[in-house]
Amino acid sequence: MSKSLNVRGGVIFLCLVVALAALAPTFFRGDLPTWWNKAFDPIHLGLDLQGGMHLVLGVEVDKAVDSRLDSMVDQVDTLLRDKDIVFKRVAREGDDRIAVTVYDQEASSQVDGLMKDSFPTLEPLTVNDSSGYIEKYYRLSDKEIASIKDYAVRQALETMRNRVDQFGVSEPVLQRQSDDRILIQLPGVKDPQRAIALLGKTARLEFKMVDEDVNPQDAVKGNLPPGTELLYEKHVDRRTGTTSETPIVVFSKTELTGDLLSDAQVRIDNRYNEPYVAIEFNSLGAKRFDQITAANVGKRMAIVLDDAVYSAPVIRERISGGSAQISGSFTSQEATDLAIVLRAGSLPAPVKILENRTVGPSLGRDSIEQGTVSAIVGAALVVLCMILYYGWAGVVADLALIFNLLFILALLSLVKATLTMPGIAGIVLTLGMAVDANVLIFERIREELRLGKPARAALDVGFSKAFITIVDSNVTTVVAALILLQFGTGPVKGFAVTLSIGIAASMFTAIFVSRVIFDYFLDRRQVKRLSI
Amino acid sequence: MQFIRPDINIDFVGKRKLAMIFSWVLILIGMGTLFLRGPNYGIDFAGGTLVQVKFEQATSAGDIKDALKGVDLGPVIVQQFGDQTNNEFLIKTQSSSAELEGLSQKIKTALENVYGSGKVDLRRAEMVGPQVGKDLRQKGLMALLWAMIGTLIYITWRFEFRFGVGAVIATIHDVLITLGAFAVFNREIDLTVIAAFLAIMGYSLNDTIIVCDRIRENMGKHSKDGLAAIINRSVNETLSRTLLTSGTTLLVILSLFIFGGGVIHGFAFAMLVGVLIGTYSSIFVASPVILFWEGRKGQRSETAATGRSS
Repeated sequence: MSKSLNVRGGVIFLCLVVALAALAPTFFRGDLPTWWNKAFDPIHLGLDLQGGMHLVLGVEVDKAVDSRLDSMVDQVDTLLRDKDIVFKRVAREGDDRIAVTVYDQEASSQVDGLMKDSFPTLEPLTVNDSSGYIEKYYRLSDKEIASIKDYAVRQALETMRNRVDQFGVSEPVLQRQSDDRILIQLPGVKDPQRAIALLGKTARLEFKMVDEDVNPQDAVKGNLPPGTELLYEKHVDRRTGTTSETPIVVFSKTELTGDLLSDAQVRIDNRYNEPYVAIEFNSLGAKRFDQITAANVGKRMAIVLDDAVYSAPVIRERISGGSAQISGSFTSQEATDLAIVLRAGSLPAPVKILENRTVGPSLGRDSIEQGTVSAIVGAALVVLCMILYYGWAGVVADLALIFNLLFILALLSLVKATLTMPGIAGIVLTLGMAVDANVLIFERIREELRLGKPARAALDVGFSKAFITIVDSNVTTVVAALILLQFGTGPVKGFAVTLSIGIAASMFTAIFVSRVIFDYFLDRRQVKRLSI
Repeated sequence: MQFIRPDINIDFVGKRKLAMIFSWVLILIGMGTLFLRGPNYGIDFAGGTLVQVKFEQATSAGDIKDALKGVDLGPVIVQQFGDQTNNEFLIKTQSSSAELEGLSQKIKTALENVYGSGKVDLRRAEMVGPQVGKDLRQKGLMALLWAMIGTLIYITWRFEFRFGVGAVIATIHDVLITLGAFAVFNREIDLTVIAAFLAIMGYSLNDTIIVCDRIRENMGKHSKDGLAAIINRSVNETLSRTLLTSGTTLLVILSLFIFGGGVIHGFAFAMLVGVLIGTYSSIFVASPVILFWEGRKGQRSETAATGRSS
C-alpha cells in the first residue's frame, strides 16, 4: 500500500508540474524565458472573448455555372466563325445548356463533330428541326456542373485567403464549411467595415469599349441596342462628399479581363496628388492590350469593376508596355484595397454574407472579467459548502476541486482548445457538478461507517462502490457534450469542449487525487477516525 | 453536518399522483404559453440583425429609438441589456439582407449625432441570414433528438429498458418545463440556450442514473420487497447526495446568473430552471415511471393469462 502511495503521489505531482508549466505562459507571459513561452501556448481565446469577426459567406455557385456557360458560348461563337460554319445564333439556354441554331443538315453535323472534339463535357440533346432551321441543344452534365461548383468554392476560398493574408490579421481561420459556404474568422480585426468590403468584393475587372453612337440618356430610358449594356460611372466630390452617377453605354463584349494581370500597386498622381492603381499585365495580357489599343485609338475604353465603371479614358495611342492605370476618385484606403483585391484575383462567383458576428474588444474584456468573477464566487461557495457539510473530508474534496480547475485550464492549453464565454460557463458549471463524485463517495463512506466498519474498510468500500455509479452518471453528460461538439458552432462548441474536459478532469481528481490524500492520512499519519 | 437523517423514510412513491398533477400543470402552463405566443427565437434562429451599444450617459430605449428615426431599419426593437447601471442596450431588427451590411455603422453614426461622438461604444454586431437561422434551428433540434436517442441506448445497455424509458421521460419532462419557463418569462431562445438544454439533459440523466443505480443494487439486496418499496428506499438513500449536489450546482449557476453578464444570462436562466426541475424529476418522475411501466407490463401479462374469462 505504502509503495503504491508513493507512485500515485508521484503521478499527481507530475501532473501538477506539467499543468503549472503549461499554464504559466497564459498568466505570466511577460516574465518567462522565451523557451518556456515557445513550449506552451497560452490558452487561446475565442472571438467572443478577444474581439473579432466571424463571417459565413455563401458562394453563389449557380452564377459560376452561368458564367462558365457564357464563356463557352463565346468560345463556340469564335470557333464556328473560324471554321466558316454558317450559323444563325449561339446562346445560353436556361442554366445548364447551350443552343446552337444552324440552317441545314450539313452544318448541323459539322457542329456536332466540332462540339464533340472541343467540348467533351457537353452532352448533345434533342434536335429541334423546324421552319427552315435546326436548333441543337448541348447540356452540361450533372457531374460537370458539380465540379464547376466545387471548383468555384475552392477557388473562392483560395482568393479569400490571399486577400486576408494581405489584409494583415494574425491567426485568421478560413474554412470551407459546407458545399457552398466559407467560414472566415478574423480575430482582433480593427475595421470590420473594411474587412467586409474587401472580402465581399467579386473584383471582376473587365475592359470594355464605349459605344459612342448611343446616347446614354436614351439608354437610360430603355433604348439599348443589342450587344451593348448600360453601366454607371460613380463620381465622388471630395469636398462636399456627394456622389453622382453618369450613365455610359458599353459593348457587352469583354475585351480583356483582370485574370491577365500580373501586378497592381498604389501610386500617387503628382499633378492632382490623388492616388491611383497601376496595373501590369502578364505577357499574354500585354499582347492583347497592345492589339486592342492599336485598333481603337481615339475611342474610349471603360475600366469596369464588378459592373461599375471606374473610369473611361480615351485611348490616345497604342500602349505596348503592358501597363495601365485605374484612376477614379479614390481615397488612399480605397486605392490600397483595390490593389489588394486585384492582386489576390477575382472570385469565380459573387459571394453573399450569410452570417456576420462582430465583437468589439471591450465586450470581450468585460466577458472575461464577468466569467472570472462568477467562477471565483461559485467556486468559493462550493468550497465553503463542502467544508461545512463534510469537515476535513470536505477539505480533501476542495483540494481535488482546485486541482480540477488547474487541470481543466492546463488541458485547454495543451490540446490548443479555444476558450469562449459559453466555455467559461462550462467550467463554472463543472465546478458545481464536479464535487458530485466526491459527494457520492463520501455518502457511501458515511453509510459504511454507520454500519460500524472501521475507517480503512469504509473508505475502500466507499470508493469502490461509488466508482461505477460515477462512471455511469458521467457518461450521459459526455454523450450530451459530444453531440454538442458535432452540432455546435463557434462559442457553443467551446462549451462542449470545456464540459468534456471538465468531466474527464473531475473524474481523475475526485476518484484518484482525493483517494491518495485519504490514503496518505490513513496510512502515513495513522489517522484512525474519518472526519466526514 | 447532515441535512438528511440517515434513517429518513419519506414516502415519495406514495406521492406520485400529486407529483404527476404538479408536473402536468407546469408542462401545460409552459406549453400553452409557448403555443399562444410562439417561440421567442433570438437572431441565431430567427435571422436578423442585432447591435449591442454601450452609452456613456444614462438613456432610455425610447430615446434611442428616437435617435434612430432617420435610419431606415424597418421595425426595430430596443431593449436594456444586463444591469441598468451599465447603460447597455440591444438594437434588433428582423432584416438581414445584403443592403444592411453597413447597418451597424449607420446606427453608430445616427447615435453619435444625438449623443455626441465618442460617447457611443459599438460592442457587438451580429447578422444572421434567414437560411443560416433555419439551418441552426434544424441542427439544434437534431442535437436534442440525438442526445435523447444516445442516452436511451446507453441506459438500456447499462441498466434495463424500463430504466431507460423512465430516464428519457424524466429528461423530456425537464426540457419541456424549461422550454415552458422560457415562454412564460418571454426569454429569447438562442444557441447558448440549446447548449444549456443539452447540459440539462446530461445533468437530469446523471441524477436519474444515480437513483436507478441504487434501485438496481437494492433489487439484488432486498428482492423480497416489492418494486415500490425498493424504489422508495433507493430514493431515500440517495436523497442526501441528490440535494447536496444540486445545491452546489445551483450555487455556481446562481453565481453565473448574477455575475456572468448579459451574454450568458439566457444560458444561466435555463440551467437554473433545468437543475431545479431535474432534481425534482429524478425524485418524483423517473422512478414512478419505472413503476408505472412495470405495472402496465404486469397488467398486460395478467390479462393475457386470464384471457377471455374476464
